Amino acid sequence: MHPASRRSAPCARNTSPYRKAFRAHGALLRQLLVVFLLLAGFAHAQAIEPMPFADHAQELRFQQLTRQLRCPMCQNETLADSNAPIARDLRNQIFQMMQHGQSDAQIKQYLVARYSGFVLYDPPLTRGTWLLWFGPLLILLCGAGAVAVIIRKRSRAATGLSRSAIDNGDDW
Amino acid sequence: MSRLLPFVAFMLLAGLFGFGIWWNTQHDANAIPTPLLDKPAPAFNLPQLYQPAQKVGKADLLGTPYLLNVFASWCIECGVEHPVLQAAAPTLGVRLVGYNYKDAPDDAKRWLAEHGNPYSLLIADESGHTALDFGVYGAPESFLIDAKGVIRYKHIGPITPEVLANELKPAIAALRKETP
Repeated sequence: MHPASRRSAPCARNTSPYRKAFRAHGALLRQLLVVFLLLAGFAHAQAIEPMPFADHAQELRFQQLTRQLRCPMCQNETLADSNAPIARDLRNQIFQMMQHGQSDAQIKQYLVARYSGFVLYDPPLTRGTWLLWFGPLLILLCGAGAVAVIIRKRSRAATGLSRSAIDNGDDW
Repeated sequence: MSRLLPFVAFMLLAGLFGFGIWWNTQHDANAIPTPLLDKPAPAFNLPQLYQPAQKVGKADLLGTPYLLNVFASWCIECGVEHPVLQAAAPTLGVRLVGYNYKDAPDDAKRWLAEHGNPYSLLIADESGHTALDFGVYGAPESFLIDAKGVIRYKHIGPITPEVLANELKPAIAALRKETP
């Protein structure tokens, strides 16, 4: 097997000879189309790589778990979606671990120990991720504080206005 | 003061974006921080590329620091890195161990015959299973492992002359200082 190198290969490539088929004429076109559609179906089945799951529940569990994990190479794809060689290897590893009765938590721990918390799409709350979790709240509080200050300033300016009755239009 | 506020806000934003640009040029945005840094390297038991009957384990390599370089014949960036490694190997100061990753042995041998062999030892991980324990997700990757078998430095991507001079050589120098 010759897996593609990290940066030289796109994460998913599907070059298809469909366009050529459309250039052909008449009945030949229809025949070719059927052949190519069959080929496309075959290629799709290859990409999914059926695994010998014990039962349907395990298959669902596998799909759910791999959808929560990020491929280290194609970094905006899940392990379930990615065609990268490493994603295939990790899917196989997860499958093997499931056959050995390991829990989802154990499998995640295995991956985090090797590829860091990066592989989790749902990061746990740790010292390194508190800003990620509470940063938006922090910004919201800052905004609320700023609004409160501005409102207080304006209400003070409004009461001052009745005395001075001068507005230089600077209170944007 | 309120007249200055838009300017201050603009400068803050400009500063933030400038920092973002600087940060992204300093770091490989795709490199994942390895949790294995400063931890014992995982145990392995892999055949040598040229003598598949002879296996090499982690214990066999203890005692002297070494640079474990993950490469493959199918990996294009390994070809970029290779001349740098070859030029650096004699003066590197540590043993250079090649880790042939997910490669057909014949392809690897042909590639080494063509590009040269800077490695003092070559191990082969044809299935790529052991590489998962090292957190390898592509090639090239390099691990600097000390005499006690602890991973002290990791580089993801090709070792360029800049990486060699600015990161790898200082890391090796720091290793040699503590174990004369």
